[in-house]
Amino acid sequence: METNIIGSNIMEPVISLAYGSGGDLTRKLIEEEFVKNFSNPILDELLDSGIVEFSGKLAFTTDSYVITPIFFKGGDIGSLSVYGTLNDLAVVGAEPLFISLSLIIEEGLAVKDLKRIINSISKVAKEEKVKIITGDTKVVDKNKGDKIFINTSGIGIIKPNRDWRKREINEGDLILASGDLGEHGIYIMLERLNIKTAEDVKSDMAYLGSFILPLLDNFDGVKFIRDATRGGVATILNEVASKYNIEIEVYEEELPYKDWVKNASEILGIDPIYAANEGKAVIIIDKSQADEILDFLKKHPLSCNSKIIGKVISKNKPKVYLKTRIGSRRILESLKGDILPRIC
Amino acid sequence: MFKLEINLLNKNLLSQKNTVNVKEAISKIIKDIEKLFTDRNYVIMEFCGTHTHEIAKYGIRSLFPKTIDLRSGPGCPVCVTAEEDIDYIINLAMENNLSIITFGDLVNVPGSKASLSYLKSIGKDIIVVYNPLESIKLALNNPNKNYLLIGIGFETTVPLLAYTLIKAKNLKLKNLFYLSLHKLTPPALDAVLDGKEVNLDGVIGPGHVSTIIGAKPWEISANKYKIPIVISSFEPEEIIFNVYFLLKKIKNKEYGVWNNYKRSVRYEGNLKAIDIVNKVFKLSAANWRGLGIIENSGLELNEDYIEFDVRKRFPLTKPIKVKKTACRCGEVLRGVVKPYECPLFAKACTPSSPKGPCMVSSEGSCAAYYLYEN
Repeated sequence: METNIIGSNIMEPVISLAYGSGGDLTRKLIEEEFVKNFSNPILDELLDSGIVEFSGKLAFTTDSYVITPIFFKGGDIGSLSVYGTLNDLAVVGAEPLFISLSLIIEEGLAVKDLKRIINSISKVAKEEKVKIITGDTKVVDKNKGDKIFINTSGIGIIKPNRDWRKREINEGDLILASGDLGEHGIYIMLERLNIKTAEDVKSDMAYLGSFILPLLDNFDGVKFIRDATRGGVATILNEVASKYNIEIEVYEEELPYKDWVKNASEILGIDPIYAANEGKAVIIIDKSQADEILDFLKKHPLSCNSKIIGKVISKNKPKVYLKTRIGSRRILESLKGDILPRIC
Repeated sequence: MFKLEINLLNKNLLSQKNTVNVKEAISKIIKDIEKLFTDRNYVIMEFCGTHTHEIAKYGIRSLFPKTIDLRSGPGCPVCVTAEEDIDYIINLAMENNLSIITFGDLVNVPGSKASLSYLKSIGKDIIVVYNPLESIKLALNNPNKNYLLIGIGFETTVPLLAYTLIKAKNLKLKNLFYLSLHKLTPPALDAVLDGKEVNLDGVIGPGHVSTIIGAKPWEISANKYKIPIVISSFEPEEIIFNVYFLLKKIKNKEYGVWNNYKRSVRYEGNLKAIDIVNKVFKLSAANWRGLGIIENSGLELNEDYIEFDVRKRFPLTKPIKVKKTACRCGEVLRGVVKPYECPLFAKACTPSSPKGPCMVSSEGSCAAYYLYEN
């Protein structure tokens, strides 16, 4: 193993450029870390492509994951890179089957950190029953990356009854949030600002398919689903409004937030409606099935705090409004630029 | 869930702690305003950027009749930072090997050529902190690097920065430097009132600032300009009530200072915090965007802390010239024009691509108008 002896008397093994050269060290990394942890018949063939057989409607997605810090309460960049891609599949009604895994590692990443990330990738993949069937690793010079970047792509199968795309959104349809909002974004911001947080302050990262796929099996009144990641609920709703040319009204008093999210947002001077979620979906449902859908979601631990947060008020123009707690109404814009705390 | 701790307000109107009754109380206030205050325009300035933000965020303007003209003042610290000062920081970072430590929204404020976020993208070390004490850790852990902590903010923020400098001095740090851009709010209100460009009937005094300086300093302005000033919290319900409160004072031709935020603001202020500030800083003139140089409206390091002053250690070699643009941020800050009266507003200037600081900070009135009322 390579060692990092500068500034430390502990010989901490780190990843060097040689691990990405394609030579012996690369092979060692692949065999000892990846194949051992992710083993399945398709990957174990070690061909240039993973070869699979299936029939039906296919969903295919890709996402790259860059996050500081790479380890955080509620997960790490490894679990995030699997959950994120699985969620992108689940929200379109696809059952995730296979994913690819591509790592770009900055020279100097501690080997134990890489092992920890690989372990959490493997754990999530096993729990959610998806196979990692192909992958790649590159190592870049020190200061040419930020510890580790991960790209995953995923494929899944959509059963006909789970394909919600053709269902028409109408005036009176309701907007549902599948639980408390803003946790991942606000918590990561607190971490980046080195603000100490209590035990229960953490990312909400979770697999959405565990309640979304059964929801789609049971209700044909589900008309739209998206995971409320970057830009938060406000940005997602603006995208929906533009896509379907609908006016949406959101009720401030109904937005579900944990107390720590409300308090931290107030201190930082940011609005949690723009903060990222990693385990929450925004769902548009038919009014006639609203009660049963809510009952159904409330029984599942990952969607037990589901709430109706708004409704579709017309099909005339793409606009989102917020009805405030004092009874006034204003525009709810999508996120502009970056979220930055403000000063006084 | 709903926290409304109003003990100072009209008990008949706003004593219930649930939203239904608060909504009813608000609609009663609005009806009263519609009945009594539509005879002429009432121009009220909310001095503080957080008030501006909350007024826009809660659509408060839309609840009032058109005769109630709420205008933002120069109460957003990022907005009032002079372009010359941004250029100075940028030149410092380019000419010297300085790592810049700053608070969040300053990084996007455009100088005449670039912003700090642009510098970051071309590889300069720009560090955003929430707590300035982080700078002590950075300077201690990286003795070979020189750090510049940007001291920005009103009276609210200064005590913590003063405390940071006291700590840095105790630790004998030689690689941490300071640029004081701090500004004091009462002289700025006086400058707006003195300018007479806008005829103000009343002022909503800043809540956060007043927790430090107290209600007392505002009495000078209130008496000199014979204007009612009410110190308000940031809860939208209380802002509405305080506008109503001011309107009645205006109608009765009463002037003076009313502290309607007694749960946080004392008459004399926070004496301990003021004491810490006085250990480190002394009064100076300050350059305000929109208002120009105002005597005794800023703070500079006193003799005991002069060793931290970046201007002494890294004097600039190139002079700074700022050219005039179409941005009307200065007039917006003086309450002379509304954001939408600027030719750049929502066209060339948006929060994603701001041309002036009032569009950068979420406390800036242009950003607030753009996001919530455009």
